[in-house]
Amino acid sequence: MGKKLLLDKIQIENLSSYQVYRQNGGYEAVEKALKKLTPDEVLEEVKKSGLRGRGGAGFPTGMKWSFIAKPEGVPRYLLCNADESEPGTFKDRFLMEKNPHLLIEGMILSSYALGCNTAYIYIRGEFMWIMHILEKAIAEAYANGWLGTNILGKGYNLDLYVSPGAGAYICGEETALIESLEGKRGNPRIKPPFPAVKGLWQCPTVVNNVETLAAVVPIINHGGEAYASVGIGRSTGTKLISACGNISKPGVYEIEMGISVEEFIYSDEYCGGIKDGKRIKACVPGGSSVPILPHYLITKTATGTERLMSYESLSEGGFASGSMLGSGGFIVYDEDQCIVRNTWNFTRFYHHESCGQCSPCREGTGWMEKVLHRIEYGHGQMRDIDLLWDVQKKIEGNTICPLGDAAAWPVASAIRHFREEFEWHINEPELCLKQNYGLVKEPAITV
Amino acid sequence: MEGVNSNIAFKPETLALIDRIINQFPQGRQKSAILRVLHLAEIEFDNWLSTDVMDYVARLLHIQPIEVYEVASFYSMYNLSPVGKVVLEVCQTGPCSIVGADRIISHIEKSLKIKKGETTSDGMFTLKTVECLGACGYGPMLQINEHYYENLTEDSVDELLSEMRKIHSNKNEN
Ligand SMILES: Cc1cc2nc3c(=O)[nH]c(=O)nc-3n(C[C@H](O)[C@H](O)[C@H](O)COP(=O)(O)O)c2cc1C
Ligand code: SF4
Ligand code: FES
Repeated sequence: MGKKLLLDKIQIENLSSYQVYRQNGGYEAVEKALKKLTPDEVLEEVKKSGLRGRGGAGFPTGMKWSFIAKPEGVPRYLLCNADESEPGTFKDRFLMEKNPHLLIEGMILSSYALGCNTAYIYIRGEFMWIMHILEKAIAEAYANGWLGTNILGKGYNLDLYVSPGAGAYICGEETALIESLEGKRGNPRIKPPFPAVKGLWQCPTVVNNVETLAAVVPIINHGGEAYASVGIGRSTGTKLISACGNISKPGVYEIEMGISVEEFIYSDEYCGGIKDGKRIKACVPGGSSVPILPHYLITKTATGTERLMSYESLSEGGFASGSMLGSGGFIVYDEDQCIVRNTWNFTRFYHHESCGQCSPCREGTGWMEKVLHRIEYGHGQMRDIDLLWDVQKKIEGNTICPLGDAAAWPVASAIRHFREEFEWHINEPELCLKQNYGLVKEPAITV
Repeated sequence: MEGVNSNIAFKPETLALIDRIINQFPQGRQKSAILRVLHLAEIEFDNWLSTDVMDYVARLLHIQPIEVYEVASFYSMYNLSPVGKVVLEVCQTGPCSIVGADRIISHIEKSLKIKKGETTSDGMFTLKTVECLGACGYGPMLQINEHYYENLTEDSVDELLSEMRKIHSNKNEN
C-alpha cells in the first residue's frame, strides 16, 4: 500500500460531517498555523514541500503564491478551481464529495498564507449537488469558528463562498474562471497582467486546483520536508489519479508519485488490468489534452527504462515519445478501440468548447473535426492526414489561452503514433466502418 | 418594486436566497450572482430562460438585459427554448464513448422516437448530448436536473425512463 495523504481517512463513515472530520484530526493544521506560524512560515512550508499545481500545468505552488502582489489597501482573493471538466478527470469531485472539510481546511491555510480575507470555490454547474455538500460543510465551519471574523481569537478573518459555473470547459482556464466569476462570458484574458497582479475585479488573485489546496493540509500537519520525502525527484507527494476507460476497476486512486505505470494499470490495488483480458492499445495518462501513447510507450519509455507515474517520467521523450501527467485523468484504451474515432471525438469536444476569441482555435478546431469525421466515416483522402498535421501546427502556440494547444496535441500525437491506422481508414473505407484496426506495429527504432 | 409589470416573479424564499447570494460579493459586484440566479430561474420557470425571464433577472440584478443574454447564450447548461419536463443530458465524450455511450444514446433515441436535441411529442422528454460531466470512470452516464445516473445499461435506462414518466405524470394530476 502506497502512502496516502489525502484519501487516508476516506473509508471513515460520515467523514463529510464536521464532527467526524474534527474527531479524526480535522482542522488541527489550521490550529497549528494560526497559533504557531506566521503567513510567511506557512508559505515557506509549502515551498519546502515541492508541491506542484494539480490542475494540469504542474507549476510550483509556493512560487506561484510568492508572486501575489500586495498593494496597500487592496483586497486579495484566493479562488479554488473546481471546474473539473477535462475529459478523463473526476478526482476533485471525489475529494469534495467525500471530504469537503479537507478542501475548506486547505483553503483557510492557503488564504492565511496569502493574506486573503475572501475566497471562492468556483465549481462547474453540473456539480450542483456537490455545491450543496460544500455549502453545508462551510456552514458547519462557520458555526464552529473556523471561518468568519477573528478565527481562533487570532484576529484573522476569512469568508468562503461557493459559486457555480454553467457548462463551459473553458472556465477551467484561470482567467476565464475569473471572468465567469465576475458574471460574464468565460473568455480568457490576455496575459499579462497575470491574476497575481490583476485578477478578480482587478485585484491580486491566486487560482488553485482543489487537490492542490487540499494537499496544503498534510503539508502543514507534517511539515513541508516530510511531504517532500514522499514521491520521487521533483514530483513530490501523492497524486490523485482518476482512472477510466477499458480497465477492470475504474475509479479515483491516490498514488505515491513514482510508482510504475505497470503497477498502476495491472495491480489489483489500482486499475486491476485491462477489462475482459484484452490487450492494451493506447493510454492518455493526463486528461484528454495530453499526447496519447501507443501500447509500446506506456509502461516503458523509448529508451527502454521503466515508465513511472511522475511529471518527469510521463513526459520523458518529449512529444516524440512521451506525454504528460496533466490533471491525472488516466484513460486506457483496449485493442478494440478506434484511435481515429477517439481523436475525432476529442476534437469535436474542443471545437464545442472553444470560446471563439482566436481564429486559429475557433476555425482550426472546427476544421480538424470535419476532416477527422470524414476519415472516420470512410471518406478521407491521403492528403487529409497532412492537412490535419498542418492545421494543428498552426493552432499550437498561436492563441490567447492554452485550449488551442490542448486541441492540437491529441491530433498531433495520434498522427505521430497511429499514422498507419489513419492510412488504413483511407485505404479501406468500407472495412473501417465494420471493424477496428487493432494494435499498431512498434517501429523498429524509436527515438 | 421588481417585476411589477410582469407576472414573472421568484418565490419569496428564492428572492431571500438571491439576496444572500448577492451578499457573497462586494458592493456593486452583484453581477457575479448571475450564473446562479439563472440556474434558479430555470428551476422555477419551466426549465428554460425566456426573454421575459432574462429581463426579470436583469432588473433584479440591476444590470442591462444584454448582459444577461450574453451570459445565457454562452453557457451550455441554459436552455434558451422550451424543453420537456425531463431533460436527459447524456455524456458523449471520449471516455464515456469507449465504454458504450453511443449505444446508450441510440437506445434512448429508439425508445423515445426522437433524435438528439428533440423533445417527445407529449412534452415529457428532451434528449441532449453533452460533453464530459466529470464522471468518466462511471460511464456511460447521464444527468437529469441535479442527479447523475451512472454505469448505465440499456435495462437501467428503460427503468429510469419509466420511473421518470411515472413521477412526472403524477405531478400533472396534482
Ligand atoms: C482550457 C483549460 C481548462 C482548464 N481546466 C481546469 C480545470 O478544470 N481545473 C483546474 O484545476 N485547472 C484547470 N486548468 C488549469 C488552470 O488554468 C490553472 O492553471 C489551475 O487552476 C491552477 O491551479 P494549480 O496551480 O493548483 O494547478 C485549465 C486550463 C486550461 C487552459
Ligand atoms: S485559444 Fe480558444 S478557448 Fe482559448 S481564448 Fe482562444 S479561442 Fe478562446
Ligand atoms: S467522458 Fe463522460 S463523464 Fe467524462
